[in-house]
Amino acid sequence: MKNNNLQLSSEGKLKHFLSIEGLNHSILSDILDTAESFTSVTERSIKKVPILRGKTVANLFFEASTRTRSTFELAAQRLSADILNLNIDTSAAVKGESLLDTLHNLEAMQIDMFVIRHQDSGSAHFFAQHVNPGVSVLNAGDGQHAHPTQAMLDMFTIRRHKHQFENLTVAIVGDIKHSRVARSQIHALNLLNTGQVRVVAPPTLLPEQAETLGVQVYHKLNKGLKDVDVVIMLRLQKERMTGALLPSEKEYFRQYGLTAERLKLAKADAIVMHPGPANRGIEIESSVMDGNQSVILQQVTYGIAVRMAVMSMIVSGAVESS
Amino acid sequence: MTDLSVETLINQLTEALAPLFYTDDQPIIVGIETGGYRIAQALHEKLSPDTELGKLNITFYRDDYTKIGLHPTVKPSSLPGTIDGKTIVLVDDVLYSGRTIRAAMNELFDYGRPEKILLVILVDRGGRELPIQADFIGTRLPLENNQQIKLEGTDELKLSILHTDD
Repeated sequence: MKNNNLQLSSEGKLKHFLSIEGLNHSILSDILDTAESFTSVTERSIKKVPILRGKTVANLFFEASTRTRSTFELAAQRLSADILNLNIDTSAAVKGESLLDTLHNLEAMQIDMFVIRHQDSGSAHFFAQHVNPGVSVLNAGDGQHAHPTQAMLDMFTIRRHKHQFENLTVAIVGDIKHSRVARSQIHALNLLNTGQVRVVAPPTLLPEQAETLGVQVYHKLNKGLKDVDVVIMLRLQKERMTGALLPSEKEYFRQYGLTAERLKLAKADAIVMHPGPANRGIEIESSVMDGNQSVILQQVTYGIAVRMAVMSMIVSGAVESS
Repeated sequence: MTDLSVETLINQLTEALAPLFYTDDQPIIVGIETGGYRIAQALHEKLSPDTELGKLNITFYRDDYTKIGLHPTVKPSSLPGTIDGKTIVLVDDVLYSGRTIRAAMNELFDYGRPEKILLVILVDRGGRELPIQADFIGTRLPLENNQQIKLEGTDELKLSILHTDD
């Protein structure tokens, strides 16, 4: 409980953004509504608002990322913040500096917000517990635990296309077990009262007792796709795969790859999403990825507005509580 | 509590503004959410210019943003086409400290470089904290700091003055 409350100020406003767990329907709706306002900013000639003018944001990436890091960078810049990009695997961590020492050194540079991605689950919480009052921490992915801004941009994409959640059936397909994205998506979909959330994966790629997350479990893709409104494909995380969880990539595609033929099982107006980076020909057929039901590139665009929304909300929450 | 006839004030403002619209290059009417936009809608209806009505949500430009946070229920800004070289008739319901107008002008300039901005205010209540004055004023109504003036009503707009005693 302590970890979850860490995200909210005494007045219930967001001051860190660490996981979807511990948040409520109203905060999630606020994020989506605020992001809606920011989409109009990103469409005009000067794509900047002065909300974070004079604030400094540090992008701390202990793990490789292109999309997430660059959209956080753009989001911060469009809010007029100054941004510091640090790829830690190539700097202090290699020289043996502890996480806490890295944090304190950066705090000495008067950073107002940390955007952190780390291979260890719980690292963003750890940061949030140790930062000075008035400093915000934003989780950009920690181990297999959470990736809450990705989940929110996915929710935003769904709401933009489907306008509500209550009557939707959403299938999340692929490596649920190793996916922090799936975990955050499931929490968000349930908090937003989604009609039905399905996970589709072989038993080896599902967490134990997956049902307790509030999802319906399917092992066959053809069954799991039947009449769904939204299909979310996950990347097969080859780098996290230890041991023989799968026979082969080819076999995986045969059983769980999303093909144009299989997509016909979903509703005719179903949308196809993928958090990226996608492995064409492993979890998704190229023609589906580039097809007219795919909203994968829109997810990237919306990622900027959603990250702007979260950043602007936690800055005002942190100032108030300091 | 005092009631002011918003209808009368809007009629007066319409009359005063009408000559601005006797040209081919008509000004763009832009209302500030939420009260100013309501007044702007009424003026736009009466003046019926060829230009579409614009809307500004100045939340992202407020100087007290980090203190008060966002109000996500407020709809995003929308301006009709380019404002470069145009005359903007900026409309708000109440002029007080002047901070809202400063924020609105900052936002307008992120959309382009207008030729001229004219400020239209329904009620000037005094109490300015910035050197900002209106070009067209419905009425002047000096109020004390502990008084609040609010635009209310859905169909028929009404102004009411409240005392905030704390």
